[in-house]
Amino acid sequence: MADMPAAVVVPAPRRGNPMLRKLLRNKNVVAGSVIISLLLIVAAIGPWITPMDPYRQDIWERYAAPRGLVVEGQLNTQYILGADELGRDLLSRLIIGARVSLMVGFIATSISLLFGVVLGAISGYVGGWVDNVIMRLMDVILALPGILLAIAIVAALGPNIVNAMVAIAVVRIPQIARVVRSDVLALREEEFVEAVKALGQNHVVVLFKHILMNAWAPTLVIATLGMGTAIVAEAALSFLGLGAQPPQISWGRMLSVGREAIRSAPHVTLYPGLAITIVVLGFSLLGDGLRDVFDRRLKDS
Amino acid sequence: MLQYVLRRLVSLVFILLGVSVLVFLLVHLAPGDPVRIMLGEEATVEDIERLNRIYGFDQPLPVQYLRWIGNALRGDLGLSIRQQLPVTQLIVERMPATIELALWSLVIAIGVGIPLGVLSAVRRNTWIDFGSMFAALIGVAAPNFWVGLILLSQVALHVAWLPIGGRGPSFLDALLALVTRFDGQVVWDHVRYMLLPALALGTSIMALITRLTRSSLLEVLGRDYVRTARAKGLRGLTVVYGHALKNALLPVVTVVGVQFGALLGGSIVIEVVFSWPGVGRLIVNAISQRDFPVVQGSVLMLAVVFALVNLLVDLSYSLINPRIRYG
Repeated sequence: MADMPAAVVVPAPRRGNPMLRKLLRNKNVVAGSVIISLLLIVAAIGPWITPMDPYRQDIWERYAAPRGLVVEGQLNTQYILGADELGRDLLSRLIIGARVSLMVGFIATSISLLFGVVLGAISGYVGGWVDNVIMRLMDVILALPGILLAIAIVAALGPNIVNAMVAIAVVRIPQIARVVRSDVLALREEEFVEAVKALGQNHVVVLFKHILMNAWAPTLVIATLGMGTAIVAEAALSFLGLGAQPPQISWGRMLSVGREAIRSAPHVTLYPGLAITIVVLGFSLLGDGLRDVFDRRLKDS
Repeated sequence: MLQYVLRRLVSLVFILLGVSVLVFLLVHLAPGDPVRIMLGEEATVEDIERLNRIYGFDQPLPVQYLRWIGNALRGDLGLSIRQQLPVTQLIVERMPATIELALWSLVIAIGVGIPLGVLSAVRRNTWIDFGSMFAALIGVAAPNFWVGLILLSQVALHVAWLPIGGRGPSFLDALLALVTRFDGQVVWDHVRYMLLPALALGTSIMALITRLTRSSLLEVLGRDYVRTARAKGLRGLTVVYGHALKNALLPVVTVVGVQFGALLGGSIVIEVVFSWPGVGRLIVNAISQRDFPVVQGSVLMLAVVFALVNLLVDLSYSLINPRIRYG
């Protein structure tokens, strides 16, 4: 990864956005962005590039071994990575599965961002008993291991992908709320805030326009790193049968089905997990990179 | 210090009460009438009412909660709907397995992670360094239950002495057998059942420890006192192990502490993969069987253990790092 375009962007003429230049100079940011962009493209055009119909069953091809790209000197499109328990093409299912993973990641993270930012901002800005109530609530959520709470929530709401997203979002709220709160606490005392207040702006504008505008960097880092956590959580819930339900294709579900045939067809469990690992790797590289670029303070903590 | 501990304990009690309310509400929000599920489709109205009375499901929710938490404080978490056994007994039988798994995975993670990190730092920019850093990068990203599945299919199925699931004798039993009867076989049985699940559960922490040890040691090795030690003519290894490592491990200890609680959560899925008879698997099974008392009891107990572990970790920092003082 050393010879990524990052090295090329360095030269002297100081044109363009300085922030962008800084970002492009960070190897982690570039590597993470490349991985995630590729996955987003695959997810977006998925239905048009699957080599086979991901839902088509073929009883003669149950657990078919991977055949690779070339068979007898010819380009092969059949069962490149093998087939699952119903003879469905694994590669095609992996491609479609990317959509569920990324969708859950983005939606769950967006929900937790929305609630985390609002709760954290109010907590830090208003202070007093409001702060106390919100933060103790966050403590309660944090008092359970994340995946355990997610499991309990899904068990209560009923196992499906929407409830899994809600559960993952709830679990991720406290971390974001804490980061936002501590930023707001620090910024609240700044002179520019006093100035805006003196100009007669109301609290809502002060908080959400002026303070939060200056506190987005650490939140962005936490949210990016949280994408990976959310995607693994979805996979875990689906693996336990508490997330995506058939016929929906999810990498986690593919793993749980593959487990049944782990002796005869280990390839069925290999590729979905590899896919999850690559997505998580992408987001954690990007998150680490963003942290290095934007936020020295977070790095030390 | 004592005041700090007391304050933490008091807030812990309140947080756990909050957790108990949360868990209770979640379980009672769940769709499906447990009694109806228990008795099947052909149950008569009288039978349903009778059982509702026995379990107290006919009472209003606040009353049910108070009764549940009141009994819980006395160690009674109710009866399992499916197994007709006290929930407390089910949890007490399985909690040691869960804690044992978490502890072993931590031991393995530290035992492999720190030496690997030191090696990477000392042999900086060699293939050892690149190799272990690449492995660590993957290790942090890979979901632990997938690592478990890969270990099952690629290792356990090919190595005769490795079982593909279940738990051997407990650590205490193994220790007892070794001390009283000099019986190594029991220890061996303990180890071979525990090895793969603990390895899978510990992967990400191991990777994290490796990375942290390396970066922290590199940072310390650049400091003045290390240069002084070198200038005195001390051998390279003496400097690394005698002087630098001790200080380099402080951030590692912090991370180990933060992550240890997470192991308890991670063990839920690992227990399912390896059929490990712990609390996590109990919860997952109870959910699929709609066994409410078991779900709420074991989630609560896992939260208690989680909270106590985190408290102990926080308190132990002050012992390790004299710069931390609690007021």
